[in-house]
Amino acid sequence: MKRVSLVVTLALAAGLSAQAASAQTLKTVKDRGMLSCGVGQGLPGFSSPDDKGNWTGLDVDVCRAIAAAVFNDASKIKFVPLSAKDRFTALQSGEIDVLSRNTTWTLSRDTSLGANFTGVTYYDGQGFMVKKALKVNSALELNSASVCVQQGTTTEQNLADYFKGNNMKYEVIAFGTNDEAVKAYESGRCDVFTTDVSGLYADRLKLANPADHVVLPEVISKEPLGPMVRHGDDQWFDIVKWTLYAMVTAEELGITQKNVDEMAKSDKPEMKRVFGTDGNLGEQLGLTKDWVSRIVKSVGNYGEAFDRNVGAGSKLGIARGLNALWNKGGIQYAPPIR
Amino acid sequence: MAIEPRKPPSQLLPKLQRALGGRAGWSGFVLQLLFVAALAWISYEIVANARANLQAQRITAGFGFMANTAGFDVNQYLVPYSNSDSYTRVFLVGLLNTLLVSVIGIFFATLIGFFVALGRLSPNWLLSRISGGYVELIRNLPVLFQILFWYLAVLAALPNPRQSISVFDSFFLNNRGLVIPKPIGTAGFEPFVVAVLVAIVVAIALSRYARRQLFESGKVIKVWPYVLGLVIGLPLVSALIFGAPVSFEVPALKGFNFAGGSRVIPEFVALTLALATYTAAFIAEIVRAGILSVHQGQMEAGSSLGLQRGSVLRLIVIPQAMRVILPPLTNQYLNLTKNSSLAVAIGYPDLVSVFAGTTLSQTGQAIEIIGITMGVYLLISLVTSAIMSFYGWRIGRSMGG
Repeated sequence: MKRVSLVVTLALAAGLSAQAASAQTLKTVKDRGMLSCGVGQGLPGFSSPDDKGNWTGLDVDVCRAIAAAVFNDASKIKFVPLSAKDRFTALQSGEIDVLSRNTTWTLSRDTSLGANFTGVTYYDGQGFMVKKALKVNSALELNSASVCVQQGTTTEQNLADYFKGNNMKYEVIAFGTNDEAVKAYESGRCDVFTTDVSGLYADRLKLANPADHVVLPEVISKEPLGPMVRHGDDQWFDIVKWTLYAMVTAEELGITQKNVDEMAKSDKPEMKRVFGTDGNLGEQLGLTKDWVSRIVKSVGNYGEAFDRNVGAGSKLGIARGLNALWNKGGIQYAPPIR
Repeated sequence: MAIEPRKPPSQLLPKLQRALGGRAGWSGFVLQLLFVAALAWISYEIVANARANLQAQRITAGFGFMANTAGFDVNQYLVPYSNSDSYTRVFLVGLLNTLLVSVIGIFFATLIGFFVALGRLSPNWLLSRISGGYVELIRNLPVLFQILFWYLAVLAALPNPRQSISVFDSFFLNNRGLVIPKPIGTAGFEPFVVAVLVAIVVAIALSRYARRQLFESGKVIKVWPYVLGLVIGLPLVSALIFGAPVSFEVPALKGFNFAGGSRVIPEFVALTLALATYTAAFIAEIVRAGILSVHQGQMEAGSSLGLQRGSVLRLIVIPQAMRVILPPLTNQYLNLTKNSSLAVAIGYPDLVSVFAGTTLSQTGQAIEIIGITMGVYLLISLVTSAIMSFYGWRIGRSMGG
């Protein structure tokens, strides 16, 4: 990992001029015939390889949706697994075209990294997991605890703020990767493991006895997770942004992976705009008219992707909560496609 | 009319030409100039290009971030640190943690390495086979694997804080590390330190005097009873007069962990242990080679003077072997220092972990931070080499060579 970050740093320093003229990401991707997508290193539900070696997860499906929109083939992707601390450098240096790796949208990341967030794929918050045997019911009882955390995330700073704000002491042990942190927690080096709540549920599945561990009720931060692209290429920014909106819109309109062909024949003006049978909205993005059906055919709508990866239909079984559509009690909302 | 002796033609120009251009003369000099200019141009291009690209992508550049608040915690610091300190402080904390592991690791690696080398050369069959086995086993396994072994397999097998292994109810060993009573200076502390220092200085003077007497008049003076009396007696007297120098803050289990006392974190122990034992295997071979490079006759000559095997090694063989040992030994010291950056795998907060890891990811300023980090390792290595060269020069001088 260290070597990777060094190499990309040097690449950045040498300033590969191809990347400087970065206003052509779409063209670069098309010429290459493949989308290069930065994902996590194995977080069930978001990005992890299954037992056959295929990448699965919500973040992975966002990559697939983009590839489907561009190539009409969701398999034309090179997945680049990245640790938390290497992810931005990989994006800056042009090693990846889009970073879809449960990354929290913050002001400083939006401004100083030379990259932009394109939307929110998952509204999350940071929580704590402890062993049941400790009989802890609240994060406020964690005074003097040892806490394992993955370094290079907003988690480290939230943790410091929370304990300071509640006048509690703690010891932090920060590991290079998530797996190392989980392993140290499991071996008893720490009392507490902390990351985003979705991650806690995902990591709990990896433990030897998931039932021996409990996620505490406190959610101590706002963690809107979303994809990122480089500054300076508005067309590519729009494509990534609207790919996610297309998935949300599809759920709102009841377009699913199964009924997409049928729905495409609809006479409703709204449907005609979405499916491109009327107007050329897809072409305005630099894609084709049928971009929405391409996306839904390959990964389904947002709700389907959610259920399949992290929701009721998955091992994680996380409730929709904040991630339900705006008209169903959540805050997932897409601007109109028109 | 006096005839002036003819001066030889001035040697200045040819000398200059040779110094600048070597055997090729002026054309060589021009080529060198061109080479340097090309290097300078390439470096300038790299810097300018990087700068332009950073600006074009609106990535923040420069070193202003060093003054910003870090906002995260570190679990081992040799200088006071809290999460409201700046990134500069984080850098210092990480640097000191790296140096701590390196210095202690180098000390133990050298110690173990020397003993294993002597063991391997020993006429004792068992000892020499065990030492040989150690070298072959340790140096042929990857060091990262060994670090993880010490951390996960050995240290994680320790009990949790509530079931600590305790000695006298004041030393506790558990999977959070070793907790020991913390000495706190009291009124008698300063006189005590003075007494210890005085005792040491007098003891050194005494043994030097005894040595001179031995060389000048052949008189053997038994100094060690006096030295012992001084070093123990003087501080004791001070403690009796001024009171005990320190009181101890005994750690006690409070909540999840021990409060009070000092703690050595397991990450530090695992990393130091792994690096020291790993590097020791290489040092052992270097020392063995050094000793074998000294002619067998030296050993025999020493023995014929009636010296014991240990004395022969200490007084005759090792000083000569040091000249062979030193350069590769320096390499091993540098390797150990650089290998300490593997700390990130087990969560030890070294420079690479807290600075090139967390700080880089929080600020996103990869070029600056990787640049600083590389510069620091370069500096540490150069300083280590310089110290070792100085030591080598002193050995060479003392041997008259």
